[in-house]
Amino acid sequence: MEGSVGYDNDLNLKATELRLGLPGTEPVSIVRRNKRSLQQVADDDCGVNGCKSDDQNETAPPPPKAQIVGWPPIRSYRKNNIQTKKNESEGGGIYVKVSMDGAPYLRKIDLKVYSGYPELLQAIENMFKFTIGEYSEREGYKGSDYAPTYEDKDGDWMLVGDVPWEMFITSCKRLRIMKGSEARGLGRGV
Amino acid sequence: MQKEMAYSFPDEVLKHVFSFIQSDKDRNAVSLVCKSWYEIERWCRRKVFIGNCYAVSPRMVIRRFPEVRSIELKGKPHFADFNLVPDGWGGYVLQWIAEMAGAYPWLGEIRLKRMVVTDESLELIAKSFKNFKVLVLFSCEGFSTDGLAAIAASCKNLRELDLRESEVDDLSGHWLAQFPETCTSLVSLNISCLGSDEVSFSALERLVDRCPNLRSLQLNRAVTLDKIANILRRAPQLVDFGTGNYAAELQPDVFSNLAGAFSSCKELKSLSGFWDVVPAYLPALYSICPRLTSLNLSYATIQSPDLIKLVSHCPRLQRLLFLIQVLDYVEDSGLEELASSCKDLQELRVFPSDPFGVEPNVSLTEQGLVAVSLGCPKLQSVLYFCRRMSNAALVTIAQNCPNLTRFRLCIIEPKTPDYLTLEPLDAGFGAIVEHCKDLRRLSLSGLLTDHVFEYIGTYGKKLEMLSVAFAGDSDLGLHHVLSGCESLRKLEIRDCPFGDKALLANAAKLETMRSLWMSSCAVSFGACKLLGQKMPKLNVEVIDETEPPDSRPESYPVDKLYIYRSVAGPRFDMPPFVWSMDEAVKILH
Repeated sequence: MEGSVGYDNDLNLKATELRLGLPGTEPVSIVRRNKRSLQQVADDDCGVNGCKSDDQNETAPPPPKAQIVGWPPIRSYRKNNIQTKKNESEGGGIYVKVSMDGAPYLRKIDLKVYSGYPELLQAIENMFKFTIGEYSEREGYKGSDYAPTYEDKDGDWMLVGDVPWEMFITSCKRLRIMKGSEARGLGRGV
Repeated sequence: MQKEMAYSFPDEVLKHVFSFIQSDKDRNAVSLVCKSWYEIERWCRRKVFIGNCYAVSPRMVIRRFPEVRSIELKGKPHFADFNLVPDGWGGYVLQWIAEMAGAYPWLGEIRLKRMVVTDESLELIAKSFKNFKVLVLFSCEGFSTDGLAAIAASCKNLRELDLRESEVDDLSGHWLAQFPETCTSLVSLNISCLGSDEVSFSALERLVDRCPNLRSLQLNRAVTLDKIANILRRAPQLVDFGTGNYAAELQPDVFSNLAGAFSSCKELKSLSGFWDVVPAYLPALYSICPRLTSLNLSYATIQSPDLIKLVSHCPRLQRLLFLIQVLDYVEDSGLEELASSCKDLQELRVFPSDPFGVEPNVSLTEQGLVAVSLGCPKLQSVLYFCRRMSNAALVTIAQNCPNLTRFRLCIIEPKTPDYLTLEPLDAGFGAIVEHCKDLRRLSLSGLLTDHVFEYIGTYGKKLEMLSVAFAGDSDLGLHHVLSGCESLRKLEIRDCPFGDKALLANAAKLETMRSLWMSSCAVSFGACKLLGQKMPKLNVEVIDETEPPDSRPESYPVDKLYIYRSVAGPRFDMPPFVWSMDEAVKILH
């Protein structure tokens, strides 16, 4: 009989004696036939180690993960419900991700829902529980450590509020609430 | 002489006494006292529960219990819920129905879970049982609305038709119209799983109208919000209601009509449904919120502020709410609100809104669960999806809620460690099993070593069901569980480095359990064959969709393994990708 673990004709309990260390015989190699990637702890997965979005990782989106069959353990009808909801809404709205430096989570908002900058900024303030400063064309956002910025179609990072609203919602790809000196140093777009 | 007198009650007296004994466990105990008690008991058992439809054959059940009125059967393994069991695996109910049709003409109740039910089976039920009252198809599949039409048309005294979470081929909404005008007996109707095709609403309205005892009604998503008021006004006696769609453009007259209809339902205690919620319509519920004991918002993609409003603007909600199921849009803040309002909460389920998203999309962390554990001392049952956890949090939860009986935690990313210390979560789950002495069900996740299984084996003496994924280091982990958990009935494992040693060393244990599932582990084909040979009362089934397991070396691990005890021997309805390790069957397969 092949195999690295020898079996007699009955269950040889002595042979299957368990110890804390690895058994003397070589372990059976585990061949994984289902494709999946085992995420390492060190990955910049915001949900595990806190967000690292305040550095250059921000512009490169994380690689798409291979989906593991049957994980997370959710019934198909629940998955279908969520999917339908997504598809339905994706058709109509302008969805952009909103991140805030230091916050361990992202949000997605529909820009179409807001009628202008004041409403949008109010919503973001509520979402992340902070205050944005007073906006002025010359000096940007004063009175707060944070400044709302967005990435436009050309990949440039702009201060929210610099361009007319209609232009903003068509060119905004994602929003980021910047903190600290980076926020203060941000020049305004042309 | 005196001993004989103690047993000389006439059979009728014993039969009468036994009729007060409802629980299966007690009845089983009664039947073991002596031969005559066994005989009397088997003739008067009316209800049979079969946790694994392959553990026994229909003929055996009928032979032992000739006068059954109610039967409950479960088919596929639990992991079938997550697509780990291939289609065609089994769990067919037809043969059961066919045999019972002949033997139990007075069968009144059939409850099935995870079984394949064809239209033919439904038609046979409709034809065969003149006194049919209750049909519950929980997570079943294989039938269409045609089969339902047969049931509706023939079952003159139908009380319950519950199709929860089943997959139904929705061919036509007109099956509802098949309920004859004379059918007034419905007490419970759950059609929430039906697809988005129209259910004949007028037929539904007429049915609700003529069934004054209707207590529980769950509509499907196709029923629009404006129709809810019509239904509720026809059934103000409802105790349990599932809305369909809960979305519409806000119109004052629709709103006031809806609010009025809800407030007229004085008995309403349980709400569910709420697909596509428009928050503006939630206040229509405020009048009944004080009475609610159960609220299922797990399809409602409303944001935390609206959820908080709903929970907190109902001043007396805290006294009655027992079960809440929400999406993680509720967030930590919503759960904190819940914890401060709903002191009687017993069960909490929080489902993920974006399970496959790479980054978290909501602020739901371990804090929410900790808050609920602190504020709701009666908490017994938890199902919680989140993206981070810590040992400290788990220890706190365990200490706050020693009455937990079911604890299922799913940290979405496999092998996620304690986010504070980066250590495995062994200690945290260890605290759960140590403090929660009545824990019956546990699902693990996160980074876990063999140590967590040592805790489980040591403390989990009442544990009946354990679900494990991406955990452990070696066979020692599995050995701890199999040798320590005295009450274990169901064990399901995926993607763990557990192999032959622990399984073979604890083979006898498997006969004391209902079933064991292992997939993507390290159990060799050789070990499976050995188990099959040595344990005739176990059915050892290997599932492999790619190639026959004997086309590879015996040391090669099998893809999926399902072991269950059975007195019926190996089954004969196995599809080509399932191999029985029973010697006799192997040759024929």
